[in-house]
Amino acid sequence: MKNWRLWAGFVLSIAAFISYFAFFYQFPITRDVPWVNFILFVVATVLLIAGVRRSQRKIWSGIVAFLGIAVFAFFVFAVTVATRRLPPSHGAPHVGQKAPDFTLLDSNGKSVTLTGLLASSPRGVLLVFYRGYW
Amino acid sequence: MRPVAISVDAPQVSENLRRKVGYTFTFLSDPNTEAIRRYDLLHKGAGENGHDVARPAEFLIDRSGTVRWANLTEDLRIRARPEQMLAAAREVR
Repeated sequence: MKNWRLWAGFVLSIAAFISYFAFFYQFPITRDVPWVNFILFVVATVLLIAGVRRSQRKIWSGIVAFLGIAVFAFFVFAVTVATRRLPPSHGAPHVGQKAPDFTLLDSNGKSVTLTGLLASSPRGVLLVFYRGYW
Repeated sequence: MRPVAISVDAPQVSENLRRKVGYTFTFLSDPNTEAIRRYDLLHKGAGENGHDVARPAEFLIDRSGTVRWANLTEDLRIRARPEQMLAAAREVR
């Protein structure tokens, strides 16, 4: 291929985006700060710029480089802004407060209360609220 | 310490997840977001098709019903790690 740098940069940029969600998200060390993906994106950007510089067809190579860098920009937005849009939750129970009781169905359809859970758990209960799959 | 997971998922959805992954702890369903709102964790329209869901949060509650440790993440991607929760649990007798 004549302009391998440009296409390698483009493919690497896509791979850097997908690999975060498909692979690196599984491990806290590469999830909380996506440093592996940032490194891949930086390498991709260097290749894209080198590709444009060597290209005879500046407009076409420029479009490819722009798209590759746009993927990088979208990734930065996704992991710095989008996932931080959370409600303030000022009314969430604080340390030292009583935890509000509730009655909910468990996964077998049985009715369960927090009071009931605590009564059978001498070392306490760890409530983990999660988004679910809806 | 007994882990209890809560989401808006229907009991059957949670049961499928539990079986698939092999979790043995309790999963609770809060489709009407009653407990989620009582804990002020409602994330309006953040689910698929604008479905209301819970924001991720973890609370350690002792036998008397008092919150002993709480973690409300500032970023959806970053949840409490097992070590953190176990360390908090060790403090509770």
